[in-house]
Amino acid sequence: MPEQDVCDLPGIVARWQHDPANLVQILREVQESCGTIPSDALDRLAQLLGVPRVRIESTASFYAFFHAESHGAYEILFSDNIVDRMAGKEALKQYFCERLWLEPRKLSEDGLVYVDDTADIGLADQAPALLVNGYAIPSLDKARLDLVAELIRARKPLADWPPMLFEIPDNVRKPGPLMGEAFAPGAALKATLARGADATLAELDAANLRGRGGAGFKTATKWASCRKAEGEAHYVVCNADEGEPGTFKDRVLLASHADLVFEGMTVCARAIGARRGFLYLRGEYRNLHEKLKSVLAARREQGLLGRNILGEDGFDFDIEIHLGAGAYICGEESALIESLEGKPGKPRNRPPFPDRRGYRDQPTVVNNVETFACAAKIAEKGGAWFAALGTPQSAGTKLVSVSGDCKRPGVYEYPFGASVRQILIDCGAEDAHAVQVSGPSGTCISFREFDRRIAFEDLATAGAFMVFSRERDMFEVARNFTHFFAHESCGFCTPCRVGTSLLKNTMDKLAAGKGSAYDMHEMKHIMHILRSMAHCGLGHTAANPVVQTMEKFPDAYERRLKRLDFEPAFDLDGALQTARLITGRDDAWAHLANE
Amino acid sequence: MAKTFILDGKTIPFEEGETIMEAAAAAGVYIPHLCHHPEFKPHGSCKLCTVSIGGRLGAACTNKAAEGMKVESETEALNGDRRALVQMLFVEGNHVCPSCEKSGNCQLQAAAYHLGMLTPHFTHFYPARDVDASHPDVLLERNRCILCELCVRASRDVDGKHVFGIGGRGIRARLIVNAASGRLADTSLSVTDRAAEVCPTGAIVRKRHGFTIPIGKRLYDHHDIAEAPVAGMERPGRD
Repeated sequence: MPEQDVCDLPGIVARWQHDPANLVQILREVQESCGTIPSDALDRLAQLLGVPRVRIESTASFYAFFHAESHGAYEILFSDNIVDRMAGKEALKQYFCERLWLEPRKLSEDGLVYVDDTADIGLADQAPALLVNGYAIPSLDKARLDLVAELIRARKPLADWPPMLFEIPDNVRKPGPLMGEAFAPGAALKATLARGADATLAELDAANLRGRGGAGFKTATKWASCRKAEGEAHYVVCNADEGEPGTFKDRVLLASHADLVFEGMTVCARAIGARRGFLYLRGEYRNLHEKLKSVLAARREQGLLGRNILGEDGFDFDIEIHLGAGAYICGEESALIESLEGKPGKPRNRPPFPDRRGYRDQPTVVNNVETFACAAKIAEKGGAWFAALGTPQSAGTKLVSVSGDCKRPGVYEYPFGASVRQILIDCGAEDAHAVQVSGPSGTCISFREFDRRIAFEDLATAGAFMVFSRERDMFEVARNFTHFFAHESCGFCTPCRVGTSLLKNTMDKLAAGKGSAYDMHEMKHIMHILRSMAHCGLGHTAANPVVQTMEKFPDAYERRLKRLDFEPAFDLDGALQTARLITGRDDAWAHLANE
Repeated sequence: MAKTFILDGKTIPFEEGETIMEAAAAAGVYIPHLCHHPEFKPHGSCKLCTVSIGGRLGAACTNKAAEGMKVESETEALNGDRRALVQMLFVEGNHVCPSCEKSGNCQLQAAAYHLGMLTPHFTHFYPARDVDASHPDVLLERNRCILCELCVRASRDVDGKHVFGIGGRGIRARLIVNAASGRLADTSLSVTDRAAEVCPTGAIVRKRHGFTIPIGKRLYDHHDIAEAPVAGMERPGRD
C-alpha cells in the first residue's frame, strides 16, 4: 500500500468534482497516495481548483496528518493519551525505535520508516495503540511490535500484513437499548413516514433527547429551528470526529451499529427537509471507512437512501463520508463545517449558529453519532419510551467509554443517573482514586466524589471515563492534557493560542523541578484569561485539568515546588549551550556552577 | 427614535445590524482592539474588545448591538484581562520597540501604553521567525506579526489578490504569502495595495519610509490610542 505512486492529481480533483470545498478530502487522498503533500502539488492543486495557492497551503499546513516532507514508506504514530502512557507506551515506543535503529521524529536513514506521537486515537480501552499509515493497531506489546518491525524490515505492503494485527474488538461490556437491541434497517424510517415530519419532531420533543456531544442542547429544538430557517438547501451533518481523549463509544457505534446512525440522519433529513448529509469521520478511524461506505451502499440498495426513499415521492437524501486529518478542534461544530468546506478547522464567530447558517452558509443540523442513534430509536419506539429512561432532566441512556486502571475497559450503556461508584464497581476498578469524566475538557473527580452521577444536571459527559488508581501521579495526568490542548489549539484567538502553550511550558517547568508557588498562581491567572476570553470551548476548558487537579490533589504539585516564592524559567547555564557547541568545550569552566 | 443600548452607563444609539464596536466608535467611545478595523469584515480573534454583555463575555466587534442591552467595557477587571492579552502578544513574538521603525505608530505598543502594561509579565517564547526583505518596496518582518489577519482581509477583500494567509496552527501559526518560493517578491503585492499599509504593528512596512516622521513626533507619542484608534484616520462622527 505505501508505494510512492506518481500522484494522479487531476484524477483526485475530478473525483471530488473540482470543488474547492472538498479540499481537505483532496489533500487527504494526495497524502495517502503520495505519502506527502509536496510544495509543487500545492501549485498544481491551486491551478486545478482555480483558487489561490495560499488557500491550499493554509489548509495543508493546518492538519496534523498532512506533511510536505517524507515520512517514509511506513509512518508509525503512537497514541499519546495518558492512558497509553499508563499502559507502558513510552517504554514500548523506545523498544520499537531501538529494534529499528530509529530516533523518533526523524526519518530512518534508508527512508523507510518514521515514528512519532499523535493525540489519542480512540482506542483507550485497548491501549497502548498506534497508527501505521493511518490504520490502527491496538493492544501493543513487545511481541506485536516485534512483528510490526519484521514486516517493515521485509518491506511488506500494508495490505499483506496479518489482519489479526488490525482487529479491534468492540468491548461492549454492558449493552442497553442502543447497543443491546436488534435494529431492523428501515424500521425508524417507516415509522417516520407514517407519522409525518411534524409528529416526528413532537416525538423527539417528548423524548427530551439532548445532544450527546457533551453540551446537551435539546435536539428537537435544534431540528425545529433548522427546519424553520430559510435557505437554498438544508444539510444534515453527523459529527464523528470523536477526538476527546478517552472517548471511543462512537467508534463502536460506527463499527457495529452504523445502520442506526445513518437511519437517524435520514430521519433528521425528513424532519428538516435535507437532501444531502455528511458523516465527518475522524482521520484516526480510517479503518472504518470502507465498511461504512459499504453500509451506505447497502442502504441505497434497500431504498433507504437515494431517490424516493421507501417509495416516498420526493424524499431524496444521500450521505457522503468526509474524513478528518488530525485536528481535535474539528469536533467543535462550526470548525467541523469549516473543515467540510475545505478550510482550516477554526471555529466561526457565533451567532449565527449552524441551524441557521452552517454548511455553505445554509441551515444545517450538526449532531453527535450517539444523538442520531438515539433519534432513530425514538423514531422507531416513540418519545415516551425514551423519556421513561434516565432522569427527568437527562432522558435516555448514555454510552460511557471506560478506560485506565480497571479490569474491564470498554463501552458501558447506562440509563442517565448512574453513579460513578456503580460504574467503578462494574468495570472492576477496585483501587480507583480519581476519574476524568468527559476527557481533558471535562471534570476530574476525586475519590471523595464517587457518589456523583452521570447526568446533565451533575456530571455532563461526552462519554469518556478514565480511571486512575492510587499510585498514579495526577500531576502527570494534567501535564499530558496541557500538552494535548497546546497541540490542538487552532491558533485563531490570542488567549488560547498563547495561553495553552504558556500552561504547557509552566507544567514542564514544574516537572523539571523548577516550579514555585508563583507558577501555581500564574496558572490560575492564565486559566482565568482562557475562561473569560477564549473564542470557543477548547480554550474555555483547556486549563480545567490543571486547576482541578491542583485543587483536588495539591500534594501532586507541592512536592514538585523547588521554592515557595519564585524560581525563574530561564536557564542561565542552558543559554551557554550554543557557545559550548561552537567552542567544542564541555569542561567544568564552560558551565555555570549549579547551586 | 433611534434604538439605544447602555455602554458603561452611557446611552449609545445604534442602527439595526451594527455591532457594539461600530456603534460605540460612531458615538466616540473607544473599546480597545487590535484585529478590528472599521473598513474590514469583523474578525474577532485578538479578543481585546471582550466586553460584558448583560453579564456574558463576548467580543464587541462581532456581537451585534441590541435594544436595551447593558454592556460593560471600562472595568478594572476587563482592562486587566486585556493587559494580559497584550502581554501574551508581546511574549509570543519578538517585539523590540526601541529598534522598531513603527514605534510611535504601532497599535500594539499604543494599546500596551493605554492599558498600563509595564512588563511583558509572561515568559518569552523567543520564536525563530523569518524576515522577508525580498520585495523591493515592502518589508515583511514576521517577528512583529500578531496574526490579526488585517493584511489577509485587505488583500483578499479590497485588493482582490490573496497575497497573505495564515499557515500552521496553534502557537506555530504564521503569516504565509501566495508564492511557491514563500517570498513576498514572488507575489503580486504592490506598495500601493491596501494590504501593504494596513498592518497595525511593524510586521508589514514600506521600505525607505521608516523615519520620515521622527520618533517623538508620531501619532501615539502624543495621543492615547483611545483618542486616535487608527493612524491617519479621523474618527467617523455621527450627527
